[in-house]
Amino acid sequence: MEFFHAPDFDWMSKAKYFATLSGCLLLIGLIAAIYHGGLHYGIDFEGGTQVMVRFASAPPIGQIRKALDAAGLKNNEVTSSSDISNANSRNDVMIRVGQNGKGEVESEDAENAAKQTVLTALEKNFGTPTSNKPDFNAAAVPDIADYLTKRDPLMLQTAAGDRYTQLAQALTGARDRDHGGIVTNFDQLSGIGGANAAVIAALKDGYSLNNFSVLNAQVVGPTVGAQLRRQAILATLYALAGMLIYVAFRFEWIYGTAAVIAVFHDVLITLGFFCLFYSHFEISLTVIAALLTLVGYSMNDTIVIFDRVRENLRLMRREPMPVIINRSINQTLSRTILTSGLTFLTVFLLFIFGGQVLRSFSFAMVIGVVVGTYSSFGIAAPIVVIWTKWRGHGATVPVASSADKRAEKRLATARR
Amino acid sequence: MESNLKWKALFIVIVVLICFYGLFGRPSFPTSWGDVANNFSDRMQLGLDLRGGSHLVLQVQVQEAVANQCDQTINDLQDQLRKQNITAGAIRRVSDTQILIPDVAPASSGALQALAQNQFPDWIMSQAAGQPNGFTLTMRSAAVTDIQQRTMQQSLETIRRRIEGLGLKEPNVAPTGRGENEILVELPGEGDPTRAKQVIQAGGQLKFQLVLDNNPYPSEAAALAAHGGVLPTDSQLVPVQVSSGPGQNGAEGWYLLQRTPIITGADLRSASPGPDGNQPGFYQVNFSLSNQAAKRFGPFTASNIGRYMAVVLDGKVQGAPPTINGQITDQGEIEGNFSQEQAKDLSLILNAGSLPASIKYLEERSIGPSLGADSIREGIQASVASLIAVWIFLVVYYRLSGINAVVALLLNLIILVAFMAISGATLTLPGIAGVVLTIGMGVDSNVLVFERIREELRAGKANASAVDIGFDKAFLTIIDTHITTLVSAAFLFLFGTGPVKGFAITLTVGLLANLFTSVYVSRVIFDWHLSRMEREAELSI
Repeated sequence: MEFFHAPDFDWMSKAKYFATLSGCLLLIGLIAAIYHGGLHYGIDFEGGTQVMVRFASAPPIGQIRKALDAAGLKNNEVTSSSDISNANSRNDVMIRVGQNGKGEVESEDAENAAKQTVLTALEKNFGTPTSNKPDFNAAAVPDIADYLTKRDPLMLQTAAGDRYTQLAQALTGARDRDHGGIVTNFDQLSGIGGANAAVIAALKDGYSLNNFSVLNAQVVGPTVGAQLRRQAILATLYALAGMLIYVAFRFEWIYGTAAVIAVFHDVLITLGFFCLFYSHFEISLTVIAALLTLVGYSMNDTIVIFDRVRENLRLMRREPMPVIINRSINQTLSRTILTSGLTFLTVFLLFIFGGQVLRSFSFAMVIGVVVGTYSSFGIAAPIVVIWTKWRGHGATVPVASSADKRAEKRLATARR
Repeated sequence: MESNLKWKALFIVIVVLICFYGLFGRPSFPTSWGDVANNFSDRMQLGLDLRGGSHLVLQVQVQEAVANQCDQTINDLQDQLRKQNITAGAIRRVSDTQILIPDVAPASSGALQALAQNQFPDWIMSQAAGQPNGFTLTMRSAAVTDIQQRTMQQSLETIRRRIEGLGLKEPNVAPTGRGENEILVELPGEGDPTRAKQVIQAGGQLKFQLVLDNNPYPSEAAALAAHGGVLPTDSQLVPVQVSSGPGQNGAEGWYLLQRTPIITGADLRSASPGPDGNQPGFYQVNFSLSNQAAKRFGPFTASNIGRYMAVVLDGKVQGAPPTINGQITDQGEIEGNFSQEQAKDLSLILNAGSLPASIKYLEERSIGPSLGADSIREGIQASVASLIAVWIFLVVYYRLSGINAVVALLLNLIILVAFMAISGATLTLPGIAGVVLTIGMGVDSNVLVFERIREELRAGKANASAVDIGFDKAFLTIIDTHITTLVSAAFLFLFGTGPVKGFAITLTVGLLANLFTSVYVSRVIFDWHLSRMEREAELSI
């Protein structure tokens, strides 16, 4: 099976269109960024308090907002975070308070207090008002096991600890997997792990069932947010510099520069898409990992083409640069389509089925794979062509660093 | 050639066996399928994002300890000046590391200098700017660093002891290695870190102080007024711990106490919770004193029968100060209308020792168990789905050679997972993403090689030389692409934190494994295939 048999497109004559396309994409991203007043940073970089809550029934978002306002948390943001790939998440709600990215710096203590205030407000408005019993939906295995051991509903008397730990594990397992973390009625647990009527009665006696459960809670202090942001930017810049040096060493500095410009272009466009879908995706630590991966990926793609250019420069000494580059892109086209296609498939499946936590990450990768592939022939290659023309040779740039000569020699021996 | 191939194949088999051993063979060699599964789940360490749990980052305020040292030095200086009859003005603190001694009598300045040199070697004395008779003492920077490091170390140990006392499963307490004086506390499986946070943050500074005025004052002003505006020497006003629990007296009040404590937390040998004998339903903390403290405490209580003694914890008087009824030697109790859990936590804190400086929470993340379960399921589902899709495509597109690629990718995956199991690296959610991306790079390497072989075949080369040249030419490209990605992974590892680091680890190991599988293993399979097929037959690619 084969997609392309000896393709012969004239890529470099389309450089103007590529430039226009890239310019448009960058402009759209820029406009979106200006419209939203900057990037949508996640809690990692902005600091603040974020609580994700799962409700047993459709979440009363307006009521939650009112409850938070009443508790003095005026600067709140309550959004549904249900996820198409996970049926359990249909009543999930994300609560974020005290964003200080808008210039107002809050203290760590205020943020720690904010989390407690959110939980208290939720408890007051959506908890079970009648009892002081602990919430079964929030209980951990050891606590449940301790309680059951003390009550001993199975009348085991001796060596009951292990048995009740097993039972507690089975019960929380059923709660978390089969009921998405929220049990609405203790009878739902009947029969699980050998839970008989006596066990269920003991649970009813000792525990209450809240209509919500906290999925995760994060509190990030303002100094940490700034620190993480600085670290992320540094890591990206260092990684780019490292790659520039490596490529310049393996090829020539113009190839390194072209590759790095292309990668920069990819990162900017991807960030632009994050601004375009401002309310859906936020920039977190994991997204930074994705950005760095796409930097590596785009670099990878560009290097494959440059590698071919280097080889063809030796074979086609009389041809002008655009012809050589066209030939190189066409020769690697099959590989490019295949690899990009399969990588795209991978990250796309991750995007669709990977769940809420990986969504922003895979979104960056989906955009990044497409843009990264495009930038290799649409940005990096034309830069090399334009630079050679500008130098006035119109023909070829000798690409041969010392490392390359050694490699060439090795190849020649291998071929013999 | 044939025997060379055998050796290569043997090497690959050994690598695979080592991987399987790393995955399933420890801690004890499996004798049943159940053992295999147990060993596997035992070896694979899941990150907090996958198994649920709490992650806290806190900062030790080491500067406080420096300031404390400065205050302590001022006290010592005052004593020494008095002893040696050096006349000087009121000594005061200029900053955390600087003390000003104003108006030193000219005749005494020599004695002061000798004193500073002999008794306070950690301080540098110099003429105070703008004060002819004033001197400043500045703490040496080596001494400051020393205090800071000691404080950090001591805090780390204290927090570790306290967390261990909570009885949680596999807690981790370590410096973050990110910012200065930051400590990372990880509590797997603990969805709600509130209690752990309270236990960590409690200062745990316990003092027993003699009550000077038997009745508490309603306000500080009232206490001052009662003593004509000036408190007696060696006394201090300490507020009462106001608790708002049901059935508890929430009134504020201040006690006038003797400043020098009779007993401090360091004098305790052990503390344990127990039911309160006087107040049913409440709990108290029973303690016993060290031998040395008991020798001091016995005579002291004997000579103060009938007076009151306040229990002060972190600057607050706990409960109504009890009367000293008789000589107490080494056993005692702290009553404070505690709940069972409060009493348990307080004894834990007393046993673990006090924190040398206060701490501040910088970051708190807790992941509930159900979210973790969701994440594992979804992450694995997506990975498996994409893996299968990629495999099917490779076999359809490259036919028999596609199977070669599938074997290489599978082996890549096995090596990667086995490395994580053997090295004890933690698998996090971004780590799973790193695995998926490794697969992407693996596919790329195989495609590069196969496309080259196809090109050479099209150019009319024989099977063997097409494979030979294909691998050689693709090798350069593969090396270049891998090293560039490794460079970025290295920076991710160096500058990234937590999840990003996990991602960098899996990516790096995956890439190295990929170099092995897609270049070496794949080549061996090709050579083996070529050695078995007819020279003129068509290569299935």
